[in-house]
Amino acid sequence: MVTRARPSRARPLWVACALGVLAASMLAGLLDGAADISPWQVVLQVADWLPFGHVDSGLAPVEQGLLFELRLPRVLVAAVVGGLLAVAGAAYQGVFRNPLADPYLLGAAAGAGLATTAAIVLLPSSAASIPLAAFVGALGGVFLAYTLGNTAGRAGGTATLVLAGVAVTSFLTAIQTFVQQFNVEELQRVYAWILGDVGGGWEQLWLVLPYAAVSSVVLLLHGRMLDVLSVGDEEAAGLGVRAARVRFTVLLAASLATAAAVAVSGLIGFVGIVVPHVVRRLAGGSYRIVLPLSLIGGAAFLVLADLVARTVLAPAELPIGVVTMFVGAPFFVGVLRMTRRAVT
Amino acid sequence: MIRAQDVSVRLGEREVLSGVGLHVRRGEWTAVIGPNGAGKSTLLKALMGLVRHRGEILLDSRPAATLKPRARARLVAYAPQAPALPPEMTVFDYALLGRTPYIPYLGRESAHDREVTESVLDRLDLGELAMRRVGELSGGERQRVVLARALAQEAPVLLLDEPTTALDLGHQQQVLELVDRLRRADGLTVVTTLHDLTVAGLYADALLLLAGGRAVAAGEPSQVLTEEAVGRHFDAHVKIEPGPDGRPVVHLVRGGP
Repeated sequence: MVTRARPSRARPLWVACALGVLAASMLAGLLDGAADISPWQVVLQVADWLPFGHVDSGLAPVEQGLLFELRLPRVLVAAVVGGLLAVAGAAYQGVFRNPLADPYLLGAAAGAGLATTAAIVLLPSSAASIPLAAFVGALGGVFLAYTLGNTAGRAGGTATLVLAGVAVTSFLTAIQTFVQQFNVEELQRVYAWILGDVGGGWEQLWLVLPYAAVSSVVLLLHGRMLDVLSVGDEEAAGLGVRAARVRFTVLLAASLATAAAVAVSGLIGFVGIVVPHVVRRLAGGSYRIVLPLSLIGGAAFLVLADLVARTVLAPAELPIGVVTMFVGAPFFVGVLRMTRRAVT
Repeated sequence: MIRAQDVSVRLGEREVLSGVGLHVRRGEWTAVIGPNGAGKSTLLKALMGLVRHRGEILLDSRPAATLKPRARARLVAYAPQAPALPPEMTVFDYALLGRTPYIPYLGRESAHDREVTESVLDRLDLGELAMRRVGELSGGERQRVVLARALAQEAPVLLLDEPTTALDLGHQQQVLELVDRLRRADGLTVVTTLHDLTVAGLYADALLLLAGGRAVAAGEPSQVLTEEAVGRHFDAHVKIEPGPDGRPVVHLVRGGP
């Protein structure tokens, strides 16, 4: 008998669809703004930027500058950050075999929060120190939790790692709150950072891009290995795989992705949990599908969230972290209901 | 094919196995029997290298300790008593996991890996279910899917920990007949733990009786399954008679022990 079974993998059609959605959201992100530029002119201008020759969009140099210096980097930073958070969230869920794991599970958020608060308090005039502080803080938090979890439990079990993450998060958050209490005048800046912002410009994009590239490539290569881990450490060992080693590599890459995202955009919640689950529901549970589609889907989601953040109260802006949670939660519930299945 | 000498395992403070020896010839089926907590599963895990142990284990005349994980996985396939079956995974993907020892770390499966998986699924009558999700299967189908993963590993040694738990009579027979057929067809060496003594005596060429972490009897079923030995080590009152094919049949006697 001929079976027509195929291994799960991100099919080109799905990837193409996801990329289509991403392109559409990015175009929508470029269209919106205070200045009155027609959609068609934006399309022409984007075509002009692409390296296939010269297209005349009919835009004045000022308008071109506006698009290029303000809107384009903003859309790109949102895309990169969203993709990173979503792919890192998917990887964390795979490593911990827990659907509620998110990129901040191992103390990345608390570490970044504390380091950023310290930077704002100690170096109030230097805004440039914030990304570095956030990056180092996020990695430091994860490092602390990982070391603690591995010394407390033997052979890198996941349960002790999660508990260590909880302990590190509470501890660092306590210190951060304490520091804040003594510097109430900086509270506004700390909260503004925590709620997230992707409007940092080209500089932020160049900052995050190298880490984004390295960590995404490493994570995307580990899709099959995360599928192997899903049967548990012991059975993975029976298949010749050293689970602790895979886990270390994936956690390292995912934490690098998270730290890079946090460094340029603050603590944007919900993306890392929602996007992988939506992908799982729509396209399938294998990590060979979930990782690549989360990367693309997360990018599209955050670009749209930023668009909402800029337009709802225009000319005022909502913090993007508020939008991801406010829009994300009902959207997530909707997807859960639409794709309800007999077995969950 | 398997020669283990003086294998001891300590879990925490407790010595779970002490000085157990096991010799299984190529193509032979050995059943490990014994009361609950005797160390049956632990012995299988030690053979698979999943628990730290003392003593020497030779797999295919090679010291198991010197084998790299992937090389060991190509030699021995293991199905645990309660395997983790990710409910969202398709039957095909799950069986394909058995090919892991042949696929490069970050690589993808080859056409050959897919063919092996497909043919294993067909052999176990799972071809129709290949694209179904594991979470949707019945108990008997799950057991066959786990077996399919182990067979896809194409290892000459098969270690099965209680392959028939939670199966009704008919499905038990189906799975054991299947293992027996595959063993004869492919010349596999099989070691299973089995809690049903009559079933163990019926299918295995040799039995190893563990009690309190020690090997207390080994040999042909009729030698190992005696009323005296079962009575003592299982703390049970039984009557053992030869069945129609001469193999021992264990009956419980009411009113004991």
